[in-house]
Formats: sequence, structure tokens, C-alpha cells
Amino acid sequence: MNTDNWIRTSGITIALIALMALAVLKEHTVQAAPSESSVTGTVKLEGTPPHQRPIDMSKEPSCAAVHKANPVATETVVAGADGGLKNVVVYISDGLSGPAATEVAPETPSWDQKGCQYIPHVMALNPNEHFKVTNSDPTSHNIHPMPQPGGPNHEWNKSQPSGAPPIDAAWQSPEVAIHVKCNIHPWMSGYMVVVKGPYGVSDDKGSFKLDNVPPGNYTLTAWQESLGTQTQKVTVAVGKPTSVSFTFKAK
Amino acid sequence: MGKLLAVTLIVIAIGSAIPILAHIWVPPADISTHGYQIDEQMSDTMVEAGICFLAAQIILGVFIWVFSGRKPGAKLRTFPGGAKGLVGAAFILVGLEVIILGAFGKKAWATIYFTPPGADALPVQVQAGQFAFYFRYPGADGKFGPLHPDKINEANQNIFGLDVDHDPDSKDDIVTAEMGVPANKEIHLLMHAKDVGHSFYVRELRIQQDFVPGLDLSLHFTATKVGRYEIVCTQLCGLGHYNMKAYLNVMSEPDYEAWIKQQASMQ
Amino acid sequence: MHELSTHAANHAPPQSFLRKYVFSVDHKVIGKQYYGLGLLAVLIGMVLSWLMRIHLVWPNFAIPGLQWLSSAGAPGGVITPEYYLQLMTMHGTLMVFFVLTNVPFAGFGNYFLPIQIGAEDMAFPRFNMMSFWVTFVGFCVLVAAFFVGDGPPLSGWTAYAPLSAIPGSGPGQATGQTLWAISIATFCIGQLLGSLNFITTTLDLRTKGMTLMRMPLCTWAWFITSCIGLLAFAVLLPACILLILDRVAGTSFFVPSNLVVSDQLVNLSGGSPLLWQHLFWFFGHPEVYIAILPAAGIVSHILVNSYRRPLLSHKAIIYCMMAIGFLSYMVWGHHMFLSGMNPFSALVFSFPTLVITIPATILVLIWIGSLYGANLQINSASLFALGFISMFVSGGVSGFFLAQPSIDVYLHGTYFVVGHFHMVMGVAAIFGMFAGTYFWAPKMFGRMMNETWGKIHFWGTFVGTYCIFMPFHYLGMIGNVRRYSAFVDDYLQVPQPVSLLGLHFSVSPIEVHEFISIAALFTGAVQLIFVYNLIYSRFKGTPAPENPWQGTSLEWATSSPPPWDNFGGRLPVVYHDPYQYGIEGASGDFVMQNSSEHIQTVREDKKVI
Repeated sequence: MNTDNWIRTSGITIALIALMALAVLKEHTVQAAPSESSVTGTVKLEGTPPHQRPIDMSKEPSCAAVHKANPVATETVVAGADGGLKNVVVYISDGLSGPAATEVAPETPSWDQKGCQYIPHVMALNPNEHFKVTNSDPTSHNIHPMPQPGGPNHEWNKSQPSGAPPIDAAWQSPEVAIHVKCNIHPWMSGYMVVVKGPYGVSDDKGSFKLDNVPPGNYTLTAWQESLGTQTQKVTVAVGKPTSVSFTFKAK
Repeated sequence: MGKLLAVTLIVIAIGSAIPILAHIWVPPADISTHGYQIDEQMSDTMVEAGICFLAAQIILGVFIWVFSGRKPGAKLRTFPGGAKGLVGAAFILVGLEVIILGAFGKKAWATIYFTPPGADALPVQVQAGQFAFYFRYPGADGKFGPLHPDKINEANQNIFGLDVDHDPDSKDDIVTAEMGVPANKEIHLLMHAKDVGHSFYVRELRIQQDFVPGLDLSLHFTATKVGRYEIVCTQLCGLGHYNMKAYLNVMSEPDYEAWIKQQASMQ
Repeated sequence: MHELSTHAANHAPPQSFLRKYVFSVDHKVIGKQYYGLGLLAVLIGMVLSWLMRIHLVWPNFAIPGLQWLSSAGAPGGVITPEYYLQLMTMHGTLMVFFVLTNVPFAGFGNYFLPIQIGAEDMAFPRFNMMSFWVTFVGFCVLVAAFFVGDGPPLSGWTAYAPLSAIPGSGPGQATGQTLWAISIATFCIGQLLGSLNFITTTLDLRTKGMTLMRMPLCTWAWFITSCIGLLAFAVLLPACILLILDRVAGTSFFVPSNLVVSDQLVNLSGGSPLLWQHLFWFFGHPEVYIAILPAAGIVSHILVNSYRRPLLSHKAIIYCMMAIGFLSYMVWGHHMFLSGMNPFSALVFSFPTLVITIPATILVLIWIGSLYGANLQINSASLFALGFISMFVSGGVSGFFLAQPSIDVYLHGTYFVVGHFHMVMGVAAIFGMFAGTYFWAPKMFGRMMNETWGKIHFWGTFVGTYCIFMPFHYLGMIGNVRRYSAFVDDYLQVPQPVSLLGLHFSVSPIEVHEFISIAALFTGAVQLIFVYNLIYSRFKGTPAPENPWQGTSLEWATSSPPPWDNFGGRLPVVYHDPYQYGIEGASGDFVMQNSSEHIQTVREDKKVI
């Protein structure tokens, strides 16, 4: 081919490639539909929170040393001074339909093992949403999630030596909730809550936020690992911020 | 090459004996009241085994040196006494060793297993489960509350499966992750396993006993020296076996009282 | 009795490739097949031991390619705690079953027992073929465990219940453990068939003049071993079946009630973990004598040949091997001193365990005593045979400690035990196999093995194995616990001070482990010389004469290798005891068993033809 032909062919090829790239990029951009809004709220505990036993990590000296100044306790019910209840997962249990039900968050959630504890203690996920498990401790850990036996999510049990690469995993089906434990350190306990659609996990003040909720009528469920669930009906309208609160009674 | 083998044999034999003779690697100092019997037994056996080992290897080496590479047609000789002498020697020497070690060794074993614990021994319960040991003290009422395996909840730190709400004896039970004992007090250790086989081993205390699921086993001992010692699992129990341990804290009586009070407040 | 010898093994020579080399009823081919299977198993087992030793001292080392075998067990090539235990389980299982039972007993025994008694073949050639192929299937099922779901089991070759009975008790305990149990049950069937064959052949097919007392010592060892095996494997087989039932059929022979595994109540009840231990060790202890007796017999056979004079007492060796076989059934509880069985039974088991030292000592004394005044010939085979004596003594004296329950309180579950059983089984028995290989390869393959490489192999292995396994005993003395995938205990990090001849330094247990690991890798590399020698000599070795070692037993009275019916259609007649070396007045320095020469023998068996 002569020079002219080369230039023409290259130009067309480059243009074609650019067009394809643009199309691909456009596909992957998460664009919130302009009518989606957020649902915020608080979860409170009424009554005296049950006593959380301090955890003695003496069998693992490296972790015991980490917590020497600030001993940790079990995290079954974590309530702040003002009654704010932490680690409650709020999700839409009824009323969801269509594409919003399968939205995926932009960043891979991380489940870390640090100081012989799971950080976070409770993690919410969508089905098929990948998460990574990391070990930030100098000791080996063993991650053993225990979904419902016989159910669609499969139990697995893997060790992760210190400094090993992150373990990538995902749950294929919604499940409330999957208990995770470490066999080597029996006090380690956490939960993975797999739900469809938007979700929020309450912080130490009890505040939570669900993003990207399309307008509609929904039932919201708040799940706490030992206090059970609470439900509330809510209507989300365009432009109007929606607020919801849950109250759990201490047993 | 026979000469080389002879020399190598003798060098290896003596080399193997040196760490033992030089007491380089010995069991840690004994902190129990019964352990001296085990240590004496081990010493006696080491002397006898050592003599047999060195004698056999060195004589084998000497014979290889002398009787290899001989001139063709060299005269064959027979060991003095022949087979009869050797068989007789084996019966007498080994037989004596067997009787001595067997008879006197019984004492150490009997002290651990055939004598019951004293009436005022401090009872401590230990539960072995993948992959930690937890301990329970009876508290002020001196009684252990019943165990409910279906109530075991490690996330809530209800390790033993106690039902504090319905079992009054469980109310004052003290569950700990470390085993604290006062020095010079007999301890009655009550052992059970939660899931699979485990074992309880404290080197300094010279005790070891398997946990067998389904069986309630027990040991008793008296620790004589204050200090912090490791309790390790010696029965393969799964992936965390290598990290299954707890600490035994032998304390003075006042320190023990303070410790058990502090543990009670953490229940 | 003698007419049977022409009928029992009556089969036409094979024609097709399959009939000649694959599904052969010829005991010689079957013996070589067992040997080959054992060689494959030992190479796999050795590689597994390298992985274990590397992980123990360099835990973050990434083994290139291991992640392809198991992405969960070795992510990025770094071995996880469970995978270490899984490798350890497979190492033990392969070595004890498929190497130590296969090679010295089924391998050499199958090849040489019929020839040494002057028979054409085993009593049941087709059973014999079946026994190999059943064993082979067992091997395949075991190796398959590497490639299923969670991988192989992690409960050790001893597979204690309830760890082995509850699928949820750990990774590999589901499918992997079931495959293990099926594999071992299958192996038992193969061995039972083999034992039946050995016993019947020995009793019924001896040629004219071959009285029991005229059989070579290795033949006696194979005979006694097969008697032990018949009873031992007959107990392991039902034990494995019960284990499989517990795992898949909801029975609970071995699982007691109220167990909580991974937060779930196990719904089996009423079983006893101690029952598994009793069944397993009732097999397991005789099994270790099944592993060592053939090697002891082979070594005796080779030593006599290299001493060029008979042993001080042929009968003593036979009676001692019988006594060991008999006593082996009375000592199984010494594996269970601390298991929670009645403490009084510990003393009952301890006594015969100590008493078994007597026949073992007699064996050693006769081997060494017969060397006095002998005319020792050094070659690769005799080097390994002499090395066997040294290793047998080393391993035996550590048994003396473990036989006493009160000492076992301290040493149980430590590296002292690991040192003891590796010395006797992992080294002494393997030395017996090496000695047998160098001695009999000329007969089996018609070609001599290279003596220089054989000697290099011996020196590397002899020094290497002492470097590996002697330090285990010292580690056990300080209480270093075994079956740990990592050494995290405080006391293992602490250097021990050493004062020796004015030198002062300190050594930590981890550093000793490093030394051991390096020695293990070195010794493993040396074994490749043996494999190379074996394969090279098979094809390019110097052609072997009929009797390269001037031996007296019947295997040297036929060509190398023997014809398909062992003796070319004419069975030998036996006139002499098996070890007529250095007899005064004889025409040469040895007289073969089937030689019609009249000699004045130092003889115990009075029956003369």
C-alpha cells in the first residue's frame, strides 16, 4: 500500500477504536437516575444494653498486646451513650423492582482481620458483589463463613497466613445473615448480610443512610444480630429527603 | 571403605551422645510435686539406653574395621560363646532392665493416676475445643453449674454453654481464658472436649492427658513454682492445632485471690 | 506335597503385551509392579516431606506451581496451616501403606519367595494379580484426594475419630477423608489376598528337600509377616468400613453425643472415639512390624552373604522373628497410654512392649556377633545392610523410653516419637529396601547396578538421615510438640545455651529445624542418584551373571532374570541349609542349596536327602 492509503486506513482504524472505547466507557459509568434519593435515619436501643464480656486474647500474645491499653469486648450489642445502636443493617425487604435491585457499589468492600477482630463487625452486600478478605495481623487467621446449610450460598473455610494476598469472594444469593468466624481465634465473630438493592449499616451513633433509592413505597427492615428485626413502611418521593427511625428493645 | 564406615559409625554414635552427655537440651525445670519421679526414670533409662546404644554402635564399628578388607582365605573365627552366650546375655540383661524399669516405673505412673486427689483440692474445669482452652472455676458456692452444649455461643463468649438465668449454680461460675492457680495447692483438673480429640500438656508440670469427646477425664497436680507456663494441645485436632494453647499462671495465694476476684468481675 | 509344585502354578507362558507386562499372573512381574508402585509412592511421599520441611522453617516461602494443585490450600504457593496437615496426612499414608508394606513385603516377597522355595509360582497366581491391581486402585483413590473439593484429609495417617468422622471438622474432612477411608479399605483387601498367597505358597509349594528350617531368612520373614498381616488387615478393613458408615450413613460408632463443631450441634450420638483408637492400633502396631520384619529378613540374608559365613544361629533369628510377630499383637495400647483408657491397662501394655526388646536385641547381637571373625565384603548392598543394623539400634533404644508410661507422659506427642518411628521405619526399613534393590537388581533385571553411584548413594543417605532424625530426639526432650504446622510457642523461640569444650554459643530449636530441613533436602537430592542408577542400569548396566554375589540360596541357581517358570521346567532339589558359606572342607567358599556336594556342615536341621 502507498503512503496515502496507510494514512487513510490508520485514521479510520483509530476513529473506530476511539468510538468503541467511548461506548465501553459509557456502559460502565454509574449514572444515578436524576430521580433517585436517599433514605437516612437512626437506630436506637431502648433500655439497658446487655453486658458485653471483655475478650481475653491471651492465647494470641500479638493480638493481646494490641488491645492492652483498650481492652475489647464482645460486639453482640454495641450501643452508644445516647442509645445509638451500631451494626444494624437497614435494607429494603419489599417493594423493590427493576434495575435498582441489582446496583453494585463502585468500590470493592473489604473485610479485614486486625487485632484478632473483624473490621467491620457487620458488612452488608448485594448478591454477586465481590468483596475482599485481608489479614492485617502477624498471625494466621481462618475465615469460616457459615451460611444456611443446604441453602444456595456455600460454606467455605480457608486459612489466610499473615501477609497472604487478599481472598476474593462473593455470595450468589441474598441471605440474612451469614455468620463468620475464625476457627483459630474462637472469639472472632462477624456477620455478612446479603440483600438486594440499597442498604445501610448504622454507625456508632446509630445513624445510617441508604443511597440511590428510586421513588416508591417500600418496607424497610432493620436487622440486628441478637435483637432480631424491625420493619417500617416508608414512601420515597422525588426531591424529598426521607427519614426513618428504628427502636430496638433491650432483652 | 569398611574402615571408613567403621569410623563414621563411631563418630556418629559419639556425636549423637554429646548433646545428651553435655545436658544441652534437657526438659525444663520441673515445677510439680510428682515430676521428680518422671525425671529420675528418664535419667535411668537414658543411662541404660545410652550404654546399649554406644556399645552396639561402637562394637559394630570395631568389628567392621577389623573384619573388612581381610586377605582372601583369611581364617574364619566364631564369637566366643556363640549364639547361646549372646541369647543368654540378651535375656538376662534386657530381662533385668525390663523388670527394673517396669517395676520402678510403676511408681511415677501410680502417683499420677492411681491416687485420687485430696479432699481440699481446688477443682478447675477445662474445656478443649477447636482451637482454644477455656477454664471454669466454681465460684463462691463451690459448685459447677450444668453444661448445655446447645447453648454454646462463642460470639457471646458463652464458651461452656451455661444457662445463668435458669441454673443457680452457674451464676457465680467464673470462666477464664487463662488458668490461674495458687502455688503449692493441689489442683483437680476436670477435662472434657467440645468437639474432637485434644490433649493437655504442660512441660514444666510433667503432665499430659488426652481429652476424649464423650468422656469426662481428670488429672490432679500441685505446682510448686510461681511463673507463667504454656499449656499446649498435643492431639491433632484440625487446622489450628499449632496455635491451640493457653497460659497457666502459678501465683502466690494473695495474687491468686486478687486474680480470681478480677476475673469474677469480668463475667 | 511335591506333586502340587508342578500343578499349582501351571499356566502357559503369556504371549500378548497386556498378559506379559500388565495383567500378568507371573509372580515376578507382580513383584516388579509392586516395587514400581512403591517407588512412585516413595517419590511422592518424599516430595511431600520436602514441602513440609520447607514450610516449617520458611513459612512464607512460595512454592512455585503449588497453587495449581490447590488454590485454597496454597494461595500464591504459600502453604496454609490446613494444607500442611493435609500434606502430612498424605505423606504418612503413602509411606506406611504404599511404600513400607508394598516394597519389602509385597515387592521383593512376591518376586523371590517362590524362587527361594523352589516353586514355579505362587499358589494362587490369579489372586496374586488381583491383589496388585486392587492395591493399585487403592493408590489411585488415595491420590485422587489431592484433586477433590477441599483436598486431602488433615487427620493424619492415624485418622482419629471424631475428627475423621465428622465432615465439618475441617477442610479436607469431607470428600477427602471418605476417599482416604475407601482407599485404605481397598488396600486392606489387596494385602489380605497377598497374605493368603504367601502363607499357602510357603506351606505347600516348597520343593523337594526344602524343609521349613532350610528356607532363607527373608523367606521366613515374608512368611511371618504375612501371618501378621492376615490378622492385622482383617481388623483395619472393618474399622474403615465403620468409619465410612459414620461419615455417610448416619451411624455413630465413633462419635459420642453432644458435640459442637463450628457452632453446630452434631446430630450423631452414642459412639466411642476410643473404639477407633483400639481398632486402629490393634492393626497399627503389627503394621509397623510388617514394615520392619521383611527388611530385617532381607538384611539378614544379605549380611550372611557379605560375611561369607553362616550366622551364629539360624534358628534364633527365626524364633525371634516369630516372637516379635506374636508379641506385636499384645502391645497396641502403648500408643494409647494417655488416651483416657483405664490407667491400669497402661501397665499391662507396657510389659510386653518392654519384653519385645528381648528378641529385637537377640537379632542385633547375632548380626553383630556373627561379624566377629567373618570375612566382610563391602558392596552397596552390604553397606546398606550394615547401616540397617545401626539404624535399627538407634530407633530401637528410643523405643525404650516410649515403652514406659511415666516417661511417655512427658514425651508423648513430641518430636521424640517422630524421631523414633522415622529411625525404625523411615530409615531402617528403607535401608532394607535399598539393600534388597542393590542385591537383587541383577537377578530381577539381568543387569548390574553401578557400584560407585551405589556407594555415593549410601554415604549421602547414611549421613543425611542421621542428620535429619537424630536431632528430632533432642527436640522431643525439650518438649517440641509434633504435627504443628508452625512453631509459635514461646519456648521454641528461645535459644538454648551450649557450653562445649570451652566454646559457648546458643542454638534455638527453630535453628535446629532449619538444619534438619536442609539435611532433608540434601538427602532427598541424593535419592535421585539411586533412581537414576536404577533406571540407567535397567537398560545400560553390565549384563549380570547368574550368581554375581556368590550366593547360596535358590534364586542364584537360575538365570538372571529367571525364565518365566523360574527354573526352566526342572525344579531344583535341595540338599543343604541356606547359608553354607566358608565351610571347611568344601570345594569353594560357598555351597549352594541345590548342590549335590557332600559337606560337613555346622547344621541345625538334621534332615538330609
